[in-house]
Amino acid sequence: MSVFVNGKEIVISTGKNTILSLIESYELNPKLVIVERNKEIIEKDNYKSTILKQGDHIEIVHFVGGG
Amino acid sequence: MTVIDRYSRQELFQPIGKLGQQNIRNSHALVIGAGALGTAIAESLTRAGIGKLTIVDRDYVEWSNLQRQQLYSEADARDRIPKAVAAKKRLYDINSDVEVVSQVMDVSIEEIEQLIIDVDIILDATDNFDTRLLINDISQKANIPWIYGACVGSYGLSLTIIPGETPCLQCLLDTIPLGGMTCDTAGIISPAVQIVVAHQVTEAIKLLTGNQSSLRGSLLSFDLWLNQSSSIAVDKMKKEDCPSCGNIPSYPFLDKAHSTKTAVLCGRNTVQIRPGKNTTLNLEKLALGLKPLGQVSKNDYLLSLTTGEHRLVFFTDGRVLVHGTKDITEAKKLYHQFVG
Ligand SMILES: [Zn+2]
Repeated sequence: MSVFVNGKEIVISTGKNTILSLIESYELNPKLVIVERNKEIIEKDNYKSTILKQGDHIEIVHFVGGG
Repeated sequence: MTVIDRYSRQELFQPIGKLGQQNIRNSHALVIGAGALGTAIAESLTRAGIGKLTIVDRDYVEWSNLQRQQLYSEADARDRIPKAVAAKKRLYDINSDVEVVSQVMDVSIEEIEQLIIDVDIILDATDNFDTRLLINDISQKANIPWIYGACVGSYGLSLTIIPGETPCLQCLLDTIPLGGMTCDTAGIISPAVQIVVAHQVTEAIKLLTGNQSSLRGSLLSFDLWLNQSSSIAVDKMKKEDCPSCGNIPSYPFLDKAHSTKTAVLCGRNTVQIRPGKNTTLNLEKLALGLKPLGQVSKNDYLLSLTTGEHRLVFFTDGRVLVHGTKDITEAKKLYHQFVG
């Protein structure tokens, strides 16, 4: 299965098909990201239970502190 | 070309025009932080002809800053000039028409309450979330918009926060990132800084010239190296029970119980210690006392003492930066050893 993350198509392996596993695959802290799926913002509490579907458009923005 | 033509290209840009230029001229921007973002923001606003610009920073110029902190020169690094002082000097050279106020200080509750007086917009150029959450609260309390910007590596992001309209930083972040998690161990390339600043300054100019309808309205991020960018409409994330912007705000970060007297500086192997009360250090006197204890050097703004593997830098406002440690306890011990 493949999804689009910030405009780039990536392949998702079975068993790693939740929003949470996607966030973790980028080594990001789930508490410091905002995630949108097909133009809908996903609540942080639902990262684990939200299953990715073929062709989903995901936007991930993570907060950093530097400046 | 004469001085009259100075802003002609900006005035020709139709959404700004002569009226917009006048609005910019009548505005006061507060830039918190004079590092990579702060120097670029300040230069851009100064060239744009802002009426008044206040720039605040707690640190001094070092060689590792010169790669991206565009207002500083080798002389500033060699002489360890406080960033706010060096920035003001360069900004005056660029546009002597702009009233630049520079403050060498650590921004905490009392400081920010003074700094925001008569300010139209706050530009975030800090390197930590403690200060950003302080900005977030005062922005809501005093009804002043602020523009968040941050970057690390080749990545950056920005968000415009308008009290009463958009969600605030607290709405988006239910966890406060700890200091250590934000430290820039990944380095930074200068173009990433410039992109964040381009977004921050453009949003600021839209706000100051009455072009609210052109504001971006989204949380934006990019990674220049990975050739990615992202934009999320966050307007629905505004929380009614937000402690900063909700119906019954408590402004938790303006609560004195939260103010910190010590801080580990981002990626610097340095601890900052603030004295409890407002004090003024007499650097001449201090130099005499410290000479027997190590190698002392000073300029008009600070005194540096090298002793063993540590270097302590004393500012006239009583702050001390202890270089060579990330351990607050060790830093405090050294501090008390030298200033009692
Ligand atoms: Zn809020």
